[in-house]
Amino acid sequence: MAYSADAHGHDDHEHPKPGFVSRWFFSTNHKDIGTLYIIFALFAAIIGIGLSFLMRLELQQPGMQIFSDGQMWNAFVSAHGLIMVFFVIMPALIGGFGNWFVPIMIGAPDMAFPRLNNISFWLLVPALLLLGSSMFVGQGAGAGWTIYTPLSDDQYQPGMSMDMALFSLHLAGASSILGAANFITTIFNMRAPGMTLHKMPLFVWSMLVTAFLLLLAVPVLGGAITMLITDRNFGTSFFKPEGGGDPVLFQHLFWFFGHPEVYIMILPAFGIVSHVISTFSKKPVFGYLGMAYAMVAIGVVGFVVWAHHMYQSGIDVDTRAYFMAATMVIAVPTGVKIFSWIATMWGGSIRMETPMLWAVGFIFLFTVGGVTGVVLANAGVTQILHNTYYVVAHFHYVLSLGAVFGIYAGIYYWIGKMTGYQYSETLGRIHFWMTFIGVNLTFFPMHFLGNQGMPRRYPDYPDAFWGWNLVASLGAYLSVAGFLFFFYVMFDTFRRKVPAGANYWGEGATTLEWQVSSPPPFHTFDELPRIR
Amino acid sequence: MLAAASLGQTVIGQAVIGSAQAQDMVGAPHNWGMGLQAAAGPIKERIHDFNDLLLWIIVIITVFVAGLLAWCIWKYDHKKNAVPSQNSHNTVLEIAWTVIPVLILLVIAIPSFRLIYYEDRARDADLTINVTGRQWYWNYAFPDNGNFNFDSRIVAAADLKPGQLRNLEVDEPLVIPVNRTVRVMTHGQDVIHSFFVPSLGIQRYAIPGRTIETWMRADHTGTFYGQCNQICGTNHAFMPIVVRAVPQAEFDAWAASARTRFADSTGTAPVAAAPSAATEVQLAARH
Repeated sequence: MAYSADAHGHDDHEHPKPGFVSRWFFSTNHKDIGTLYIIFALFAAIIGIGLSFLMRLELQQPGMQIFSDGQMWNAFVSAHGLIMVFFVIMPALIGGFGNWFVPIMIGAPDMAFPRLNNISFWLLVPALLLLGSSMFVGQGAGAGWTIYTPLSDDQYQPGMSMDMALFSLHLAGASSILGAANFITTIFNMRAPGMTLHKMPLFVWSMLVTAFLLLLAVPVLGGAITMLITDRNFGTSFFKPEGGGDPVLFQHLFWFFGHPEVYIMILPAFGIVSHVISTFSKKPVFGYLGMAYAMVAIGVVGFVVWAHHMYQSGIDVDTRAYFMAATMVIAVPTGVKIFSWIATMWGGSIRMETPMLWAVGFIFLFTVGGVTGVVLANAGVTQILHNTYYVVAHFHYVLSLGAVFGIYAGIYYWIGKMTGYQYSETLGRIHFWMTFIGVNLTFFPMHFLGNQGMPRRYPDYPDAFWGWNLVASLGAYLSVAGFLFFFYVMFDTFRRKVPAGANYWGEGATTLEWQVSSPPPFHTFDELPRIR
Repeated sequence: MLAAASLGQTVIGQAVIGSAQAQDMVGAPHNWGMGLQAAAGPIKERIHDFNDLLLWIIVIITVFVAGLLAWCIWKYDHKKNAVPSQNSHNTVLEIAWTVIPVLILLVIAIPSFRLIYYEDRARDADLTINVTGRQWYWNYAFPDNGNFNFDSRIVAAADLKPGQLRNLEVDEPLVIPVNRTVRVMTHGQDVIHSFFVPSLGIQRYAIPGRTIETWMRADHTGTFYGQCNQICGTNHAFMPIVVRAVPQAEFDAWAASARTRFADSTGTAPVAAAPSAATEVQLAARH
């Protein structure tokens, strides 16, 4: 319970509100930086979803229609994955909601390192520019988001494009590491008096675990891609077999980062969903400690399961057996969370408003993605499902439908708090149903395609896969329409300017952000709140 | 099915005996297919058994969770239940939903471990095949049958004969004897590929600088299609795999002729592509 009055005294002065440039470009205010992150994520989402729209157009029928060749396709696939992971989901959940609500929920005046916070955000902008422009340089970086060597080597991805993508990852990684250090420091040192770790809201818990995962996982990615950069440009052979290197080493390093990364994307959504379920059931979260430590357990175990992505890479059968067992263990804390959310709803007084729709949708779809994850944990079955559309379906159910539903739940839950204006309930519901139907139409048939053996990252497929691909594409168009409709919902919110009160959700909303006005004052707490 | 059977005739010639032809199986995806491709060998059959168990478990869990959610939404709607309970702990429940999933996982884990050890390696292999993935075709070597090797490339859409499957046919299929255990050693020549034949239940990466051992066995004569399953560059989608399982006698005849046909490419696999355009002509000449 370290708490330093000195650190806060500095922030407590009444500053005059800064002008536009200094407010948005030299920002040190956690709420403004959070807003920047959310705007950035929405902008990146237009690119990332735009890419997937073009990909679904191509896959709507057999043959090559709009892509000139496989390399262009691979560049699109890679950019879609990297953009959605590093520039949409992470900025929205961690940079956006994390920045906005972690300090408020723990009763802190701001993040521990406001200027570090600012550079964390501004590192992302050149990172996205590098990745985006890499698609227009040479033949593009077409090695998948996993950038496995040797395909990502200079021999097979010649030119600047891949290097630009790698530097983009370096910048995004630096941004994440700095942000993680900031969150950990803030949460450990800047909690208001009385806000013990075991009273902390679950969203803060989720951000704490996420920050630790980032801090431990992203440097490993940094090391791996640095070695890849030197392999490409300076004649080393860390991963080149002809020089004594090992391509499988890259897979180990990548997935040691990559698997915690998927929990980095989903844990903050867990936090948001817990708040929404509790608020709209008018009940405290069921099994609070179990919920918090389930996330800790998921984070810890998430570091020792990475090779379940590598069952086909020739790792020893005993090693596969270990990684299978460890992977299945993750289902237990995940199950605790699912059932605790349901128990939170049980006996509640439930209002199915838009944020709750997204949260309940999240629970169901995350369950679907979770059980297919249990299937894929079994190396015996993954022998024929690995790298097929079954895997694509699985990770889109937990990410595209899980993490993204978490983001939408957060936006509808907090938009009134963040802007002071409440959204239109009717429009929000339309947005939900368009998206819910759209994404299920898109991704559920992919299970069938995977069962039938359709490999991922294919711009053209045998004709037998046509039917379900057509359904998936139609679903994708509906989802894209839903995404565009979301912008209309936001436009409508700002046009109608329906004022939102301090606590517009009523008695179910109990965390500190509901004690301050909507939007909160520029400096949230002039006086530190005391927690009972 | 009929079309594919006639394809077998075209490629292999008249060697297919009439009765065997009628039973020839085709391992390929089919329109609107939802489940796994039919099993053509013992590995895939065990995968099916295990997958059926998993499917039951995950469907029951999903329906159970969906049912609970629907029940909560219906029963505890704020119009019916204005005063929420404030109950937020129940030790028995919390222990139950920790222990029961552990038990379910045990039910899954036991057959799962058996399966991976079964799939891992061949005990007594009848022959060994070296599979090399290259951008963007496969090379198959038969060290036990005269040490020949040959390339297997996609048949371009323009060259397809009626009834052939687009993006799945190759000029020179991998021929194996039926009911024989085949040890498969995968290598990568340039980048990583993945040797993947769903109906035989086999998949392993082909990684440069490594040799990975696994095995397969076909219980049925027939043609089993697969595709490269690890992103490998611009023509990743256009390096299919065709495995033809034939009776032992026919296999021996094929191997004998292959030894002469591919005599120029015996020994270790050369980096340069073995001439394969002429193979079909040679094949036709043989018959």
